[in-house]
Amino acid sequence: MIDLHGYGPRLAEGALVTLEVAILSLILSVVLGLLTASAKMSRSWFLHRLGTLYTTVIRGIPDLVLMLLLFFGGQMGVNVFTDWLYYQFDIDIFININEFIAGVLTIGLIFGAYMGETFRGAFMAVEYGQIEAARAYGMTNWLVFKRVRFPQMMRHALPGLSNNWMVLLKTTALVSVIGLSDMVRIASEASKATREPFTFMLIVGAVYLAIATVSEWGFARLQKRYSVGFGEAD
Amino acid sequence: MQALIDWFTALLADNTIFNAQTLGYYGSGLVTTVQLVFLSLVIGLVMAVPLAIGRSSRRRWISLPIFLYTYVFRGTPLLIQLYLIYYGVVFFEGIQETWLWVFLEDPFVPALIAFTLNTAAYTTEIFRGAIKATPRGEIEAARAYGMSQRLMMRRIILPSAFRRALPAYGNEVIFMLHASAIASVVTIMDLTGAARFIYARYYAPFDAFLFVAAIYLCVTFAILYLFRYLEKRMLAHLKPVEQ
Repeated sequence: MIDLHGYGPRLAEGALVTLEVAILSLILSVVLGLLTASAKMSRSWFLHRLGTLYTTVIRGIPDLVLMLLLFFGGQMGVNVFTDWLYYQFDIDIFININEFIAGVLTIGLIFGAYMGETFRGAFMAVEYGQIEAARAYGMTNWLVFKRVRFPQMMRHALPGLSNNWMVLLKTTALVSVIGLSDMVRIASEASKATREPFTFMLIVGAVYLAIATVSEWGFARLQKRYSVGFGEAD
Repeated sequence: MQALIDWFTALLADNTIFNAQTLGYYGSGLVTTVQLVFLSLVIGLVMAVPLAIGRSSRRRWISLPIFLYTYVFRGTPLLIQLYLIYYGVVFFEGIQETWLWVFLEDPFVPALIAFTLNTAAYTTEIFRGAIKATPRGEIEAARAYGMSQRLMMRRIILPSAFRRALPAYGNEVIFMLHASAIASVVTIMDLTGAARFIYARYYAPFDAFLFVAAIYLCVTFAILYLFRYLEKRMLAHLKPVEQ
């Protein structure tokens, strides 16, 4: 049996932290991605430019640099803001940008840009006639989105979405650099303490592979669900 | 020219953070980053070509191990691969006494090995996709000319596969540039390492990291335009006919 030198429970806790970061940033990135896609498809010049600027800049900067900026700079920025609130309006609040929040915010922000591109392509793949038909039925914009555009968009978005999720999952390893005790950090501490890097790093790698394999299966099921009525084609 | 120099000296004179010394750190950081990325990409590319041919082989005992290699290296974070090789090398019993230590002492070499293995795995899959997408007719035509497997690979399949792989490979190059930022975690003074050092020294996160982000952005755009130019030249025959 593999000897974990008593690091087993902590590794399990770390795996949970990794999953939490991954799932929370996935939710954030999907919301941001939908907003970005809408902004980029919007008729407003300003929103279109804003969306393009966001996706271009974020995709041109390494994730680690963005994370360090948000983690070290975020607290400073928030402090300036809360100080200003205190002096101006006498509101005394304290906002703490810890490793967890900085990690989730950064990863969500980065993948929001990638999701935006995925969703934009998927929205454009929905036939315009469908939207016209829905409008002809007197549906409101929201209802068109909920009943017609979103369900049909998902079929086109899912392959890209699953791809983004796989990359996002691996990006969560970076939160260990800013000090969050995810499984990579605990494995790295354990490797240094026990001088057995292979044991711990291989286990953590295997956990990542396992999560990826399970989610691949999950996405295949989702794809099936959203492709109902489209047969086996494409 | 003199006006430009004057302007630049004046700019640096009343700037506490961006003085000649810190700009020097950023400069050597840029050199380290480019070296690391360029070397790992070149070695990875050389490794990926035979691996991709093996990966598309019909013999299972050739393709299966290569599939496992790419699956593992693409399915786990690069940071773990870096830690594994970096710590693995450092904690290897008795390695400090051998001649290998001369090379491995510097964290640059473990990082280079990790990056190379990672990019080789991704590039292998890119090339495999491109090889698989070779039009059936081209292969049949090559066979009809009596080409051997080897000659067909060299003259027909690989040249067209390289062209087809170009857009995806451009993405991989940019991905590698961004991934190289984690080299700073194992004490390498690359661009990000320089930014972290300057942040720690002046406690100025915005100046240190926004500046380095701008440099990365410029390098990214340079790579993007290079590949766009290459695509335009090499994929000219696939362009839609102009009306």
